[in-house]
Amino acid sequence: MFSLDDMIQFLPSLLQGAVLTITVSLLAFCLALACGLATGIARMSRLWPLRVPAAVYIQFIRGTPLLLQLFFIYYVLPYVGIVLSPFVSGVLGLTLNYTAYMAEVFRSGIQAIPKGQWEAGASVGMSRRLMLRRIILPQAIRIIIPSIGNFFVSIFKDSALVSVITMRDLMFSGQLLASATYKHFEIFTMVAAIYFLISYPSAKFVEWVEMRLDVARRPVVLGIRT
Amino acid sequence: MVFAVEAPAVLGNEAEPIIRLDRIWKSFGRLEVLTDVSLTVQKGEVVCIIGPSGAGKSTLLRCINHLESIDSGSIHFEGRPVYRYIRAGRAVTDSDKRIEAIRAQIGMVFQSFNLFPHLTVLGNVTEAPVHVLNEPAGQADERGMAVLRKVGLAGKAGAYPHQLSGGQQQRVAIARALAMNPKVMLFDEATSALDPELVGDVLRVMRQLASEGMTMVVVTHEMDFARDVADRVIFMDQGAIVEQGPPHIVFTAPRSPRTQQFLHSILNRNGNLDGSLPPEPIDNSGQATTGGHHE
Repeated sequence: MFSLDDMIQFLPSLLQGAVLTITVSLLAFCLALACGLATGIARMSRLWPLRVPAAVYIQFIRGTPLLLQLFFIYYVLPYVGIVLSPFVSGVLGLTLNYTAYMAEVFRSGIQAIPKGQWEAGASVGMSRRLMLRRIILPQAIRIIIPSIGNFFVSIFKDSALVSVITMRDLMFSGQLLASATYKHFEIFTMVAAIYFLISYPSAKFVEWVEMRLDVARRPVVLGIRT
Repeated sequence: MVFAVEAPAVLGNEAEPIIRLDRIWKSFGRLEVLTDVSLTVQKGEVVCIIGPSGAGKSTLLRCINHLESIDSGSIHFEGRPVYRYIRAGRAVTDSDKRIEAIRAQIGMVFQSFNLFPHLTVLGNVTEAPVHVLNEPAGQADERGMAVLRKVGLAGKAGAYPHQLSGGQQQRVAIARALAMNPKVMLFDEATSALDPELVGDVLRVMRQLASEGMTMVVVTHEMDFARDVADRVIFMDQGAIVEQGPPHIVFTAPRSPRTQQFLHSILNRNGNLDGSLPPEPIDNSGQATTGGHHE
């Protein structure tokens, strides 16, 4: 029942979908990384006009399903005159969603840095901004690399949800082929294999980054050796 | 260790104290930590603050560079009111920028070192000169190496903090503060976290600084250091200054019973004055006379 010919025939269309899956995921991930950092810092700001909206945003996003967020962007925004293409909607939805989670990761990383580091920076006349950039973040990032890596691996799979807003990603292409040919077995097996072939190297990449950043400095990141 | 020994500057003028704390009150919640504390520090003076833990010594020190804010009272640095004060009947809070500029002139050494673990030793030392004073990297490196030589750690410039012993880390922390050319150095129990055999190296550097005329405010449990190096010893207890004066007075003839009791317990414990209160003269080290401008 497993037909190699069929599979070869399906492959180009699935690979095309895979390229879109990778594009959407990488784009959303990079954007979410930047926005997450900004939101995480805003969340800890001394100024409430930054802190409160950031907190509300994070809670709101984390309190609703990604699927629903995508529906909102693609189907509801047009009612208020904002019409976005499936691609833009998909990237935007994933970005907004991941931003909230990344913000929390950045916040936890920054808060894990001992107070003494801030005090040492302050005592030599550094501004909060400078300390954050030069002292706190470089240490915090080492701490949160594993969590960030988790998100990196999972965004490829979460991106499958963008198929519901008609984006022709890997998932969508699979569904399309399946409903046209009824070869569910071959097609979804191939889709699964391709997702895995994307995720596995990205997991390995994350491992490699973790190792690179570890460089024997890890044990002291959280503070003072006694 | 090679030190350029300079004759201590003559500082006798009673003019402007470099630091003046007036009637400082400070509480953490319901706990009163400082109650009506006043303190002046003259340029070139070495002031040692001693007292039991919980006396408010560290908090007082941290108020000087605004790591803690005060509830009431005023702080003057080089004659000007700083941080929060009343001007023309109105409460003024200094801008972050001005507070940073003042802090840049006040070095601080912490009990827990607080070195930047992701930077090399030289990186720790040059970080603020480059990014706060905007010194060119080459010049900052040169001066950084000079202060590292001063604390005897030029050979460790490329090491990371975790590769150093506690005593070395603390000397790097001193170098980091010195690299800013501070007008005052604050030491917050700089040797308390160190293994006993490493304390000496740090104290040696501190003595050397004192002998070069650096203005220092030192919170310490090292009574020998206070006795030998301080121009003035301040005994604090329960958020107040109980007694102060030249070390030979405070250590040999303390007036307050609380000072007597504290000295008795601490000197007995350390066994460094064989149990009796301290007849030892202070002029046996050659360093004790530094910067002395009490008459």
